[in-house]
Amino acid sequence: MNKVMIEHVSRIEGHAKITITLDDAGQVSDAQFHVTQIRGFEKFVEGRPYYEMPSITARICGICPVSHLLASSKACDAIMAVQVPEAARKLRELLHMAQFVQSHALSFFYLSAPDLLLGMDSDPAKRNVAGLLEKHPDLLREGIALRKFGQQVIERLAKERIHPSWTVPGGVNAEFDPDLREKTLAELPAAMAIVKRTIALWKKTLDSFPDEIESFSNFPTMYCGLVGPDGSLRLYDGNLRFIGADGSIVADQVKPADYATYIGEASLSDSYLKAPYFKPVGYDEGIYRVGPLARLNIADRCGTPAADEELAEYRQRLGRIVQSGFHYHYARLIEVVYALERMQELLDDPALLGTKVRAHADVNNLEGVGIIEAPRGTLIHHYKVNDDGAMTWANLIVATGHNNLAMGRGVLQVAKRFVDGNKIQEGALNRVSALIRAYDPCLSCSTHAVGVVPMVLQLRGSNGELLDELG
Amino acid sequence: MTEKVKVRIDGEVIAATPGQTILEVARANDKYIPALCYMEGLSAVGACRLCMVEVAGVARLLPACTTPVQEGLAVNTSSPQLQSYRKIALELLFAERNHVCAVCVSSGHCELQSLAQEHGITYIRYPYNFPKLAVDTTHPRFVLDQNRCILCSRCVRTCDEIEGAHVWDVSGRGIQSRLVSELKRPWGEATTCTSCGKCVQACPTGAMAEKGWGVEEMTKRPAVVSRLTSMREGQ
Ligand code: SF4
Ligand code: FES
Repeated sequence: MNKVMIEHVSRIEGHAKITITLDDAGQVSDAQFHVTQIRGFEKFVEGRPYYEMPSITARICGICPVSHLLASSKACDAIMAVQVPEAARKLRELLHMAQFVQSHALSFFYLSAPDLLLGMDSDPAKRNVAGLLEKHPDLLREGIALRKFGQQVIERLAKERIHPSWTVPGGVNAEFDPDLREKTLAELPAAMAIVKRTIALWKKTLDSFPDEIESFSNFPTMYCGLVGPDGSLRLYDGNLRFIGADGSIVADQVKPADYATYIGEASLSDSYLKAPYFKPVGYDEGIYRVGPLARLNIADRCGTPAADEELAEYRQRLGRIVQSGFHYHYARLIEVVYALERMQELLDDPALLGTKVRAHADVNNLEGVGIIEAPRGTLIHHYKVNDDGAMTWANLIVATGHNNLAMGRGVLQVAKRFVDGNKIQEGALNRVSALIRAYDPCLSCSTHAVGVVPMVLQLRGSNGELLDELG
Repeated sequence: MTEKVKVRIDGEVIAATPGQTILEVARANDKYIPALCYMEGLSAVGACRLCMVEVAGVARLLPACTTPVQEGLAVNTSSPQLQSYRKIALELLFAERNHVCAVCVSSGHCELQSLAQEHGITYIRYPYNFPKLAVDTTHPRFVLDQNRCILCSRCVRTCDEIEGAHVWDVSGRGIQSRLVSELKRPWGEATTCTSCGKCVQACPTGAMAEKGWGVEEMTKRPAVVSRLTSMREGQ
């Protein structure tokens, strides 16, 4: 049996490794995506005060610290059993929207655009940000500006840098400066114009990827994400909804605290990352996806005018349920429109400048769950504490975890189409990497586009001898 | 009026009161000597060894916080050798326990952290001890994280000498030394504790903190504790 391995070491979630197994005829027979997660995390936090969790978890994942801060703070809110003051709730959502803008801009413009706009088979030496600067300088500049806008709003809220203590259990620790609100409002239209131009360009480009659309995780799965009481898209707060592959709602308005009734976690022997599945259906039939693609499948509507217009066109082009993982990119851009519109709504709301921003309380619940939609998908923090507030147990389910099974299946599908048993083509390696990047699992898995190919593709013969190597 | 004695600190002749320590004289005359376990208003114990100075005619280094001045004493507060000794002392403090500034409530307001910055410490040359230490969360308002304790005993002296409750002690020896409340009872069960919180204010690191604060949120006011002594002495 021959094995193709794509392997690299990621600082954030341990190793990410892709194994593609070939049969004796040189045809792809199996593929798996393994990610190792921080081990011993639960042990590490045991005995520590629960209110330290937001900053601890934010430091553990350097890629989306804001997402962990928010999910963790919400879990702590639940332990304190407090209602977060309105201004703080809105400020947290504003921070979250800014994080969406910067994170999605990074994913699209920096990490994926080189593949998408220069071509999957273009010269790998030039298939990077530098190459993009040569061919599409305006687009890249706009992408950089959009990301910077998101980062700046984060800085304005959380002070000079991503200040881990701004978002705290019970709210936030400082109110918002009205001057900074004006500044941000003034910059919003330019950011919106950038996304609109990018979406228009993307719609024109879409048709040049028929093979990728057909083979990038293009298979039916369930989907999971947060929705509002009216079924609209929610990123900061909401209840869980699960839909089947055909779009039928199988569970709706599941309260965060009840997530474990619906989400089971299988331990895979070859991966430290657990594989969550929809419990009522069972493992592994209950495979579901999260993230931009899933959220747009789940939501009845976005709930903001421009995003809803884009969503209508998206559905008209691709159908009500979009199953190709390739369309994570398109969905991501629509979410940026939504995030900018939400920012506008929040900034226009006088309640945002309220001065009551933090509720104080002791431990009032021995257990708390906080769920948000991180840019990459549903993020769950679940803590248990003793009467004194010392952590006794923690469980984190991250977006990469939810998508674990789907990514594995996606790799198989891409490999079947693009990996030729005799020799590895750079295009094959790149398509496998590009599939993973479509899910945007973490920066380290996605740095290819900034010049490094962090994955090694090895082709080994049945006796383990190296037949070919690419990386 | 007591007779003054003449001492030299870094070459400058200073009139001091007999019985004052080198550190006290230096501070009163705007001469900087780093110190960590010393706190104004408390007895000096010479535990941290950061205030070591060179004294003319004495072969070994002396702690400024416990050495009384004498007529004619000539003190040198900084030299490459002192710098390197102080650096070693600080690095050993970091290596002994689990100091993770990135997740500490006192980051940005920590005396250990700022001394490290002042001495240009960017990494620790000694292997970390990584002890497994508990966090005492039993007190309703305060928390003690042994991971961040440097055994300076400022809390011990504050509680004993100012509050008069003597909740705190250091038990064990050497690397096994641990701060304990009331014969190793959890802090929340210590019957002598008046919950005044002065120990928390005196603590130079994030080892003692008020409950509920996130990273960088805990600021201390040891000066408030020191002032209590001077107010009482003034009476
Ligand atoms: S708890 Fe603070 S004040 Fe008390 S000995 Fe430890 S470091 Fe010093
Ligand atoms: S301050 Fe003198 S030994 Fe600590």
